[in-house]
Amino acid sequence: MISRIHAIRIIAESLQKNDLVVSTTGMISRELFITDDRSGNFYMLGSMGLVSSFALGLALLNPSNRVVALEGDGSALMSMGTLALVASEAPRNFLHIILDNESYESTGGQPTITNQIDLAKIASSCGYQKADRIENGDQLSVALTNSRNNPGPRMILAKVGIAPVKNIPRVTHHPIDIRDRFSNAVSNMLPK
Amino acid sequence: MTPIKPYTFWGFLKSRGVHFVSGVPDSTFKQTYDSLITDDDITFVPAVREDVALGLASAAYFNDRLGAIIIQNSGIGNVVNPLTSFNLIYRIPVLMIIGWRGYGGPPNDAPEHWIMGDKSPSILKTLDIPFESLEADGFKESIDGLLTTMTEKSLPGALLIRSGVVQ
Repeated sequence: MISRIHAIRIIAESLQKNDLVVSTTGMISRELFITDDRSGNFYMLGSMGLVSSFALGLALLNPSNRVVALEGDGSALMSMGTLALVASEAPRNFLHIILDNESYESTGGQPTITNQIDLAKIASSCGYQKADRIENGDQLSVALTNSRNNPGPRMILAKVGIAPVKNIPRVTHHPIDIRDRFSNAVSNMLPK
Repeated sequence: MTPIKPYTFWGFLKSRGVHFVSGVPDSTFKQTYDSLITDDDITFVPAVREDVALGLASAAYFNDRLGAIIIQNSGIGNVVNPLTSFNLIYRIPVLMIIGWRGYGGPPNDAPEHWIMGDKSPSILKTLDIPFESLEADGFKESIDGLLTTMTEKSLPGALLIRSGVVQ
């Protein structure tokens, strides 16, 4: 098993310029922020569970960009209905990454229920084109490459360890600055 | 006053740039909702819950468009968190078209609509969300006024629609 920050580093390295990334509230956005603070990142500071529907909207409106929804197991469990909606709308450019540490780590590590519930199986049965359950860094790299070369919607469920990054800062950008930077990034990526 | 026809309602909103809509149906605007589903000039996504609709419609802002959601007022409760911790802090406008069940409080409508029917305007006021109670008479001016406020303040805004105002 790998740590979440290690998984985020591998994901960040795999990103290309035109990829749009929406990351969930709490530690995941903070870890992405310190790893690779790119203009195509949208840090959703609140609204736990909303990442997947916002990312779905972006994917439908920007079919020539890959859109990555990056969230945890707690967030995904909050909006399981959106898994069905993603499968039903079926955008080919949608990649759903769930960093599953079986806990609400941002609030102190309270357990979720994903030690018993497999979100990748749920995504598959909803109709995602592929849902890979991965356990280590090499598998994650392979799954990321496959997700780029094959149509979505796809899910990568990465089982990650509970390993808080010490003294991790909050996202220091103001929400309106996050909005405007991301908006510019989307505009600059539009097909000319 | 004759109810607003679906074609007129969506035609006017399309003329104001609304082409991306997500929502959950309500009997208040049954025909209007049905015509939305089949409108070729609007991308419509049937949401599984009202907050999901709001997340989807908010994406339109980043393509320089105005997204809209269409929901029943019972779903106002489901959008309070995304409004307060997303749309209102990032200042992302979305037009919220809301069927007003339980208007006037008891004994109107079914019991489950009594409290939200009475409280819908005050919840929107508490959140500083601009809204209009739509009337068939003068609806274009009413919507334009709301859209102007939403644009100037970069805020989401709501149209509360009572039974009989649109088809």
